[in-house]
Amino acid sequence: MEMTTSTVDGRKTPLASVINLTAAYGDRIVLDDVSLDIVPGEITVILGGSGCGKTTLLKHFIGLLKPVEGRVELFGEDWWSLDEPEREATIQKIGVLFQNGALLGSKSLASNVSIPLEQHTNLPDEVIKRVVRLKLRQVGLQGTEEMLPSELSGGMRKRAALARALALDPPLVFCDEPSAGLDPSTTYNLDRLLLDLRDNLGLTLVVVTHETASIRRIADRIAFLDQGRLIFYAPLKEALTTDVEAVRRFFQIAEASVQ
Amino acid sequence: MARLDRQPGFVIEESGIRLITDLRRGGPPKLLENLSEAVKHTDGESVSIDLASINRLDSLGASFLAELVVRGHVAGKEVHFTGISEGVQKGLARYYYPAPDVRIPVQKAYRLEAMGQTLLNWWEAAGELLLLISESVYWTVIALWRGDGHRRGAVEAQALTLGVGALPVVAMVSFLVGLIMALQSAEQLRQFGANIFVADLIAISMTREMGPLMTAILLSGRSGSAIAAEIATMQVNEEIDALRTMGLNPIRYVVVPKIWGILLTAPLLAIMAVVIGIGGGLIIAVVSLDLTARAFLTEVASALYLKDLISGFVKSLVFAALIVILAAYFGFRVKGGAEGVGRVTTTSVVVSLFAVIVADAILGLLFYL
Repeated sequence: MEMTTSTVDGRKTPLASVINLTAAYGDRIVLDDVSLDIVPGEITVILGGSGCGKTTLLKHFIGLLKPVEGRVELFGEDWWSLDEPEREATIQKIGVLFQNGALLGSKSLASNVSIPLEQHTNLPDEVIKRVVRLKLRQVGLQGTEEMLPSELSGGMRKRAALARALALDPPLVFCDEPSAGLDPSTTYNLDRLLLDLRDNLGLTLVVVTHETASIRRIADRIAFLDQGRLIFYAPLKEALTTDVEAVRRFFQIAEASVQ
Repeated sequence: MARLDRQPGFVIEESGIRLITDLRRGGPPKLLENLSEAVKHTDGESVSIDLASINRLDSLGASFLAELVVRGHVAGKEVHFTGISEGVQKGLARYYYPAPDVRIPVQKAYRLEAMGQTLLNWWEAAGELLLLISESVYWTVIALWRGDGHRRGAVEAQALTLGVGALPVVAMVSFLVGLIMALQSAEQLRQFGANIFVADLIAISMTREMGPLMTAILLSGRSGSAIAAEIATMQVNEEIDALRTMGLNPIRYVVVPKIWGILLTAPLLAIMAVVIGIGGGLIIAVVSLDLTARAFLTEVASALYLKDLISGFVKSLVFAALIVILAAYFGFRVKGGAEGVGRVTTTSVVVSLFAVIVADAILGLLFYL
């Protein structure tokens, strides 16, 4: 049981947690009694084979799916008991990077990044423009303001989506497979960016991925899902030496395929 | 009785059935059906099939033979093979699975269960539609005095693409409709010396029916399909999810500007359609019914009542709202990737055409009963 209930240092309260979360599509149970606290200031990597419920867990964290059983808490508040204005206020404190970026295809990068700013602030256009430029520079995309998402490479699109996710300076950012479909050096750059966000802006990140190289670079903590159950939740160092069979096998196979 | 029967791919002989074809890619069409039919009708319980014509057997061929054995078994015949060459032997060893128990049972849903499931699906879909309608209406109305709800300039942009872009085609079609209606009725009216009534006919039918209806049909084909495809693609690409996580209501952000854009332009398009349609009728009246333009227009003016204009106007508003809401509804319901987008686009056009015509009938009854 100690494995499935997470532990958090006494000093820090979690920014996000799921508590006894059960999720199902129809009759198929995807998440089975998962409890997990996200530790502030860390990069938590959610790991597991395909179809084990990683993305489903993420979608619960960001409020796109409603739990069948259990609770989702963001910043200490039960997400589904909030009313509409409270929920809107809470959601502005998180950023989400979707797997394919999910940029609005008909809008330029600048308009994409400015969506949250236009919606949730009363800033004048000139200021919004400045913020947009700053965010794009932060992800290394200066000078691309007027380009359309379709004119960018996959890696650039992800970075633009990250810029959009960061628009309102959220303290908590969720990333769904940021390195999927990217070449190793692009992945490396994106990882550097995520680390930079953690170290210099003090962001907390939750990342779903299964790229081992990436995990070794960025992860502070590993949450390992296996067939809908959270079987492992501990710092990266422990994950590399653990004797939990599935976790050990994951790293062994991944390591072997690299060599 | 020596029965010698030759069919595509095999020969029925006294001693059994002799295959005379290669089994690669399944042999000639319907081979399995014909063969199992032949097996069923042979005398005795055991049927031998001569495979001497085949010298290789791939996985497709082996599965073919396995199915043949199963079908024979079902018909009460034992099928066995003779003349097995070395190649066939190899293929059988590699790919052949012993017969009856490999038959994959087909799960049939019970009729009642299937009906219940369909009913449930409909119920659920109706609920979703109601929810979408109520939310759209709410945000559309709210947008009137809380303009911050959607993007700046979004309504104007939508009015341009959804409405103004349809101008040429609506003008062309309504002109032709007016022309054709006048042309078709000209002969009948002339027989009674009622030439001048072509003006009444065109004016009333264009204003009450054809103007708004042709506009709606063109809008649903042109703008409705575009809306459904756009929203479905956004859904498939997680863009809708992304909007939600940015704290934006997708209906408010995506659908409401479209509703306003089309509500503002559809009545104008319908009015234009009416005017141009009457113009089409005028041409025929002058050219083939010996009427003067002045007489035609005077008759048009006296034939129309305010009620006709209002009913046409209301119809065009209702049709426009139906088209957008149904397109959005199907767009949001998309399942699966590119194929799903195509499917919901088609469905949305068909359903919105149907809905427009049903609404037309209902409104017609309401206005003129």
